Amino acid sequence: MEIPYVVQPRPDTGLYNAKLGIWLFLASEVMLFGALFSSYILLRIGAAPGAWPHGLLNIPIGTVNTLVLITSSITVVMAWASLKLNQFNRFKMFQGITLVCAMLFVCIKSYEYYDKFTHYEVIMTDGMVADGHLVEKSDTHITLKHVAVFHEGEGTAGDHHGEHREEMRIEAAQIRKMENYGPWHNTYLAIYFTLTALHALHVIGGAAVIAYLWGPGSRMWKTDPERFTNRIEISGLFWHFVDLVWIFLFPVLYLL
Amino acid sequence: MQSTTSQTGHTEAHDAHHEEPGFWRAYVFSTDHKVIGIQYGVTSLIFLLFGFFLMMMMRWQIAYPGHPIPVMGPILEKVLGDVASGGVMSSDLYNSFGAMHGTIMVFLAVVPLAFAAFGNYVVPLQIGAVDMAFPRINMVSYQCFVVGGVVMMVSFFIPGGAAQAGWTSYSPLATSIPTDGQTFWILGMVFLITSSLLGAVNFIATIIQLRAPGMTWMRLPFFVWAQFVTAFLLLLAFPPLEAAAVMQLMDKVAHTSFFLPTGLAIGGNLANVSGGGSPLLWQHLFWFLGHPEVYVLILPALGIVAEVVANNTRKPLWGYKSLVYASLAIGFLSFIVWAHHMYLTGMGTAISTFFQTTTMIISIPSVVILTCLLISLWGGSIRINTPMLFALGFLPMFGIGGLTGLPLGLNYSDIHLHDTYYVIAHFHYVVAPGTIFGLMAGIYYWYPKATGRFMSEFWGKVHFWTSLVFMNLIFQPMFAQGMAGMLRRMVDGGVNYSLAKVGNDAIGGLSDTMIGMNVGISHAAWLLGVSQIPFIINFFWSITHGKKVTSDNPWDATTLEWQTPTPPPHGNFATAMKVYHGPYEYSAPGQSKDFAPQNEPMR
Ligand code: HEM
Ligand SMILES: [Cu+2]
Repeated sequence: MEIPYVVQPRPDTGLYNAKLGIWLFLASEVMLFGALFSSYILLRIGAAPGAWPHGLLNIPIGTVNTLVLITSSITVVMAWASLKLNQFNRFKMFQGITLVCAMLFVCIKSYEYYDKFTHYEVIMTDGMVADGHLVEKSDTHITLKHVAVFHEGEGTAGDHHGEHREEMRIEAAQIRKMENYGPWHNTYLAIYFTLTALHALHVIGGAAVIAYLWGPGSRMWKTDPERFTNRIEISGLFWHFVDLVWIFLFPVLYLL
Repeated sequence: MQSTTSQTGHTEAHDAHHEEPGFWRAYVFSTDHKVIGIQYGVTSLIFLLFGFFLMMMMRWQIAYPGHPIPVMGPILEKVLGDVASGGVMSSDLYNSFGAMHGTIMVFLAVVPLAFAAFGNYVVPLQIGAVDMAFPRINMVSYQCFVVGGVVMMVSFFIPGGAAQAGWTSYSPLATSIPTDGQTFWILGMVFLITSSLLGAVNFIATIIQLRAPGMTWMRLPFFVWAQFVTAFLLLLAFPPLEAAAVMQLMDKVAHTSFFLPTGLAIGGNLANVSGGGSPLLWQHLFWFLGHPEVYVLILPALGIVAEVVANNTRKPLWGYKSLVYASLAIGFLSFIVWAHHMYLTGMGTAISTFFQTTTMIISIPSVVILTCLLISLWGGSIRINTPMLFALGFLPMFGIGGLTGLPLGLNYSDIHLHDTYYVIAHFHYVVAPGTIFGLMAGIYYWYPKATGRFMSEFWGKVHFWTSLVFMNLIFQPMFAQGMAGMLRRMVDGGVNYSLAKVGNDAIGGLSDTMIGMNVGISHAAWLLGVSQIPFIINFFWSITHGKKVTSDNPWDATTLEWQTPTPPPHGNFATAMKVYHGPYEYSAPGQSKDFAPQNEPMR
């Protein structure tokens, strides 16, 4: 005996098995990201007055990335609709665009990460803080570019306090503490990296499945088109969820 | 009828070109729900024994603090090194064993046994399905479970040993203990959570989609309902813990400060962290899982007990619908009671009152379930066999566990009882003589279906009566100790109280009687260990030597799992099932026999 409702929906529930499965899985994902968003809220409310940093991220880049993901959301639907209309080549094209968007998103995100990891806060022995991007580093000195210089405790990188310099050389002996803007730097960056990295893993995982179904997996179109179309629908549902998470992430982390 | 014949014809055609799977496909990488159920069952029973072994070691240290452990002490020293030097359990080792006892018992023993093992084996059979909805995901779920278990086990042997911060892993303690044990714990948990999530999706999809024709919601055996609600709890409560685990992992390896507050001092020095985190955040996320988890521990056992009770009283369950609605109510409510574990964190009276109220409300459906099961016994011609004994033992034990929970749910009394042995006694009554008795009932009950042979009744009864006595001798005195103020998680079993004593009746003092009870409790615990020997031998011996069943339905039961060949083959049923009536038609008037299987129309 075979397992029923693998392809055809069960009449009283109107769902085939995998479709119910993905909805259940997404429910658990909502709880996962929900917990992280709640943590964000709690940490932010609990932060000491003025301690929560603003403006650390580049809004135009974030906006572009948002548009990239929205585009992919549209093409993923078009791809599925093409299969429903029996147009396999159009499916290939649309899903190809989805994959390109996914890759673009990951590249842009990596660039943003790189930007944060080369962004340093250097506290000097005279109580001044130099905040900028690392150009070079040697045993004797470091060089930063686009530097803001201000007194310790007088503002943070994002709020454009203090004096600005295009480039600045600091001798090793002058440095008291030097730390880049990684997740260890403050709680905001901690939640930023955790949320976006987890989201990026979802993007990569989803894209891997979509790529498989676009490439070798698409042979099923010849043998079992209905089941193949279902698979595209399922991967599409997951993809929409991943996009939706970003739609929440973007304002929360970049704008607010 | 038309569909039945065509289905059967299909099976034959299928079997004709069906080749026998090899050993690896059939037993190790099987996708058959019954094999996976048994894999889960055997693995989790081993973990159950291991978790109990840890506690038997700890009980020596509690009873005789600082004395070398006989027999096992030198072995522990050989295997684990300095933490057991001279065969004495150091405080580090005590903390590791305590944390791992809790973790193993909950996540590697009871949940996998109650939910995954019984659920996998029984649920598809009871709803008349050929397998789970996603057999391959089912296999992956078991594999994730094994990987999680291995990671946890390996952590005992790394430098510094396994996690030491309790099964609750509160930060900052968990983050600041200088061992990688906690990192292993988190990674292990991530695998276990993944395993549970895959299982939960599979169970829900199976129950919704694969019910046989005629198996309407109100004809589901109560066990299926219990598993259904349990699956939802796992599905929705575990992800927040996963989120918390990810954040704690970040705190451990990326030196973030999610749970580390500003100004945190470790060992008297200011910790080198950015600060700004919230220790309470961990507690909220943990207990958001933690409370639903206790219903995950108990609901499947309630389901099993309901099946066994109906079968052995030979009459329908009293209040089937109440049982169903009560479980659903528990499912919803269990998500809004979690902070009753946090009364002492200073949440403020308004929030305390809210959680105290919801906690009192959730006790209502729990009482409804217990009452239904008790009333079900009324007027039945009760058949006493080993499964029924365990089910009957379960009822009062679960009752004690549940009722002693009420003072913990009221914040006024909890302030005194929090973190004492009273809490240990309370929840062990629920999970040890409670859940474990329910699970034992299930093992003795379904064993004949899985193997074709009964387990020995005599040794089963020995197992039951000795376990019942020793369980109570272990946990009953702990109520007294806890009310007298003895704290849990103490490596010296409370000796520090004797040293600091200002007189027996002084507040905070603990009398010699109270501390002396430790010795009796520990002996009872070791004897409980001895009582499990008949079970273990019985379990393996009966596979080949037990009394053979003479029919596919040896207990004269009504539910569908008994309508299969014994043991059920791949694909389960000889013919496709069709269901005609509810699950507990025992002693229905006007029938030829005292039970009416669900797949046979009633007159
Ligand atoms: C039946 C034999 C068992 C005995 C004799 C036993 C005994 C104990 C004792 C004495 C403690 C307190 C240790 C301390 O505070 O230092 C403890 C803790 C605990 N036990 Fe058990 N237990 C048993 C079974 C179980 C089972 C079946 C479960 C779960 C399903 C369980 C879950 C726990 C948990 C979660 C803790 C708390 C660990 C912590 O402090 O973090 N135990 N047990
Ligand atoms: Cu609770």
